[in-house]
Amino acid sequence: MSDLCESDVSRRALLGAAGALFAWTFMPKFAYAAGGRDSRFVCIVLRGALDGLSAVAPVGDPDYAALREGIALSKSGEGAALPLDGFFALHPAMPNLARLYKANQATVIHATATGYRERSHFDGQDVLESGQPGPGRVESGWMNRLLLTLPQGEAIARNGALGVGPVPPLIVRGGAPVTGWAPAILPRAKEDLAQRVMDLYAARDPSLADNLSRGLATERMANAVAMNGQQKPGGINGMRRIAEGAARLVGADDGPRIAALAFDGWDTHANEGGATGRLAQLLGGLDESLLAFETGMKERWKDTVIMVVTEFGRTARVNGTIGTDHGTGTVAFLVGGGVRGGRVIADWPGLKAAHLLDGRDLRPTTDLRSVTKGVLTDLFGVSAQSLAETIFPDSAGVTPMKNLVV
Amino acid sequence: MRSDFIPSALALNRFGVGARPGDLARVGRDPQGFFLTEIRSEQPQTNQILPETPTILADLREESRRVDLARARNAATGDEPRPEGIVLSRLIDKAEASGKPMPAPAQPRNDIPQAMYQADIMARVNAALTTDGGFVERLVWFWSNHFAVGVSKGNQVQSTAGAFEREAIRPFVLGRFSDMLHAVETHPTMIYYLDNNQSIGPSTETARRQKKGLNENLAREILELHTLGVSGGYTQSDVTSLARVITGWTVAGPEGRLGRPGSTVFNVGLHEPGEQQVLGRYYPDFGPDQARDVFVALASEPATARHLATKLARHFVADHPPDALVRRLESTFRDTGGDLAAVAAALLQADESWAPEASKIRSPQEFVMGSLRLLGSVPENGGVVNNLLNALGQKMWDPPGPNGYPDSRDHWESPEGLKTRLDVAVRLSQRASDRDPMALLDGGLGDYASRETRQAVARAESRQQGVALLLMSPEFQRR
Repeated sequence: MSDLCESDVSRRALLGAAGALFAWTFMPKFAYAAGGRDSRFVCIVLRGALDGLSAVAPVGDPDYAALREGIALSKSGEGAALPLDGFFALHPAMPNLARLYKANQATVIHATATGYRERSHFDGQDVLESGQPGPGRVESGWMNRLLLTLPQGEAIARNGALGVGPVPPLIVRGGAPVTGWAPAILPRAKEDLAQRVMDLYAARDPSLADNLSRGLATERMANAVAMNGQQKPGGINGMRRIAEGAARLVGADDGPRIAALAFDGWDTHANEGGATGRLAQLLGGLDESLLAFETGMKERWKDTVIMVVTEFGRTARVNGTIGTDHGTGTVAFLVGGGVRGGRVIADWPGLKAAHLLDGRDLRPTTDLRSVTKGVLTDLFGVSAQSLAETIFPDSAGVTPMKNLVV
Repeated sequence: MRSDFIPSALALNRFGVGARPGDLARVGRDPQGFFLTEIRSEQPQTNQILPETPTILADLREESRRVDLARARNAATGDEPRPEGIVLSRLIDKAEASGKPMPAPAQPRNDIPQAMYQADIMARVNAALTTDGGFVERLVWFWSNHFAVGVSKGNQVQSTAGAFEREAIRPFVLGRFSDMLHAVETHPTMIYYLDNNQSIGPSTETARRQKKGLNENLAREILELHTLGVSGGYTQSDVTSLARVITGWTVAGPEGRLGRPGSTVFNVGLHEPGEQQVLGRYYPDFGPDQARDVFVALASEPATARHLATKLARHFVADHPPDALVRRLESTFRDTGGDLAAVAAALLQADESWAPEASKIRSPQEFVMGSLRLLGSVPENGGVVNNLLNALGQKMWDPPGPNGYPDSRDHWESPEGLKTRLDVAVRLSQRASDRDPMALLDGGLGDYASRETRQAVARAESRQQGVALLLMSPEFQRR
C-alpha cells in the first residue's frame, strides 16, 4: 500500500476561507475499478492557455483586483462572479458549472500546471497531451497509453478511445485504437463507393485501409444514434454541438469509454474582457458543452468524470492591451456525476509580487499530473507503477491525489 | 537514389501540384531536371488584377463607415432595411408564388472581407491549375504556412490574408530569407494578426497617456516560429527586448498623417526608445532600422538555418527526414546567406529527396488543388474550394494558431480525415461526371498506377465513381 501515501498537496498549509477543501477519507477506490463500475472519462483540452485567474477568480485575495485592473471580476453588482467558497468565485458566464459545483458534481483545482515551465503554446500542449516530462516526444498521448495499460478484455480497452474533430488530438493518439468523429458537414459517400475504396486499400495500403475503416465505422455509429446532419463545428455554438455528439458516442453501451476533445481560441492577448467579452463568450461555450454532456450522457452521467485542462495559465498582471500574456499556473476542472465535488482544491500561493513565479505568473503549487493520476487511480484502478512509468513517464515523485472520485 | 528511379507522377505529387493530362510526357524521365529548370527560369506567378493591401484596407474602412451609417439610419427611423427596384419586385413575385410572407431583409453588412478572401482563394486556385511546374507554387504554400496568418482574427486579416501572401511571400520564395522575413513582419496583415499595432513602447508618452504598453505576441512568434525555433536558445528577456524593438511598426490610419492609409508605417511616437539587447547583441536605436538589423541577425543565426532546413525537409520528403538531407539544406542556407533558390535547388539535388517510397500523405490543400488540376475543373468561386478544405481541416489561411497547419502524416492520415476525403472525392467527382476516368488515370498517374487501382477504376459502376476511386487511390493520395 506504499503507493497510497499521503498526497503532497494535503501536507501543505491551505489558504482560502472554506475549511472543507480537503475532506479526505482514506478509503481506496480499487473496488470500483476491479469490475463493478463502467466508468466514462472525457478530457477537454483548451488550446491557447486559459486564464485561470479569470475563470475562477480569487476574489478574496487582497492583491487580485489591483493586478487585474479593468478585467477583474467583482463579488457584487451586475455581472458579479458566482461564489464558490468565499475566497474563490466562478466566472459569471458559467452558471451550469456553478450549479454542478453546488450539487457536489464539480471540483476546481487552482494554481495548477503541468511540469512545463517555458511559455510556448505548442511545446506546452505537447507536454500536456503527451504526458512526457518535457517537450519533443509526441509519438503518443497519455490517454492512449492509459488504454494500453488496461486489461485488454474489458470494454474500456476493447472499444478504444474517441478523438473528436477532423484530426484526433495528440492526447489520444498512439498504439491503441482511436476512433475519430466530427459532426458531418458533407453528404456521405455512397456505401458502394466506400466498399470499393476499402477493397483497393486492403490490397494496396493497409494503413489507409485501417484508418478509413475506422472512420467509416464511427460515422455509422454516430448516425445510428440519431445525429442529425445539419450541425456544424466551430465557434461558440460549435462547442456545445461537438459535446452533444461526443456524449452520444461515449454514452452508448458499446461506445468508447474514453474521449478527448480540444477547443481552440483561449489565447487572450488583447481585449480579454471581464464579466463580458471575448473570454466570457468562450467560457459560456464551455459551460454549454458541459451541460450538453450532462444531458447527453443520461444515466451514464453518474459514472462520468470530465476533466478540463489547458497547457498553462496567463500572466497575473493585465498587459498593455487589456489582455494577458503567456503564464504558468491556472485552473483545471473535474466535472461529472462521478466527481467528489463542491470543492476548490488549492494550495494558494498568493498574488503578492514576491510570490509570483518569475515576478509575473501565478505560481503553480499543484502538479496537474497528481490530479490526473488520482482520477485514473480511482476510476480505472491503474497501478501507481503504470502511472509513474508508462502513462506519465518519469513522474514517480508526483503522487496521485486522493478522493477525487465518488 | 536518383530522380529517374521514381515515377514522374510521384515526383509531381511530392514536389509539385500533381499532373494534368500531358504533364507526365513533358516531364519525361527526369523530374529533377524539370523542377531545376523551373526554379531557374520561372518567377512566382503574380496576380496583376487584385488590389494591394492599402487599397483593400481603405475600401474596408470606407465600407464599414457606410454600413454603420445605414444601420444607424435604420435604427433611428425604425425602418427595416428594404431592398429596392428589381430585387424587391422579384422578392414580391416569389413570395406570392409560394404563398409565404416576404422574408425579412438582412441588415446591411460589410461584404469586403468575405469578397476579398474568396477572390484571393480563386487566385491561388488558378495559379495551381495553370502553373507549368508546380514546385514554385508549392514553395509559396510552404512559406505561407510557415508565416501563417489566420482569417478568424478579424476583418482586417480576412480581407488581406491573400494580399499578404501576394506581397510578402510570393516575391521572395526564390529570393533571400531575410528579405522575406522583413516583408512579413512589417506587413499590415501580420501586424494585425499578432497585435503589433496595439503594442506601445512602455516608456513613451503615448503609453503613459493611453495607459497601455507592450504586447509580446509578434516578438515571441518571430523567435519561436519564424526564425530560431522553440529550442533555438532564446530567453524571455529576448522576447521582451524584441517586442520593444518592433514597437512603432503599425498601420497608417485613415488621415494618412504618417503615410498612405492602410500601409505599414514606423510611428516613432509608439517606439520604445533606446538600445536593446537581443541574443546577447546590442542594437542601437536607429528607429525603423533597429528592427531591420535584428531581422538580418536572426536570419543568419545557425538555429534559424537548422529550423528552416528541418521544416523544408519534413514538408517535402519525410516526417523524420534523413539527417544528411537536413544538414545539406542547413549548410546551403548558411553558405549562401539564406538564398532560398539555392536551398530549393539543394533540396532537388539531394539523393535523399528521391526515395521511391511515398511516405507522406498529401495535405488537404495538396489533395484538393491536385484534384482540380487533374480534372481541369475551375471552381465557381473561392467558397466552393474553401468549404471542402474546411471539412478536411485545412481551411485557407486559417490554421488554429500562428504555427500554421501541421505537416505530419499522423496528423492528416486519420480515420476521420480519410472518411472526409471520401466525401470530398465524391464532391469533386461530381465536377467530372462526363470525363473518361481511364484517360484521367493515364494522365494523372500513368504507369505509376498499380494494377489494382487500374482495375478498380476500370470496373467502377459509373464514370463518376471511377473518378472518385482514382482520387482516393493510394497513388493519388500519397507522395
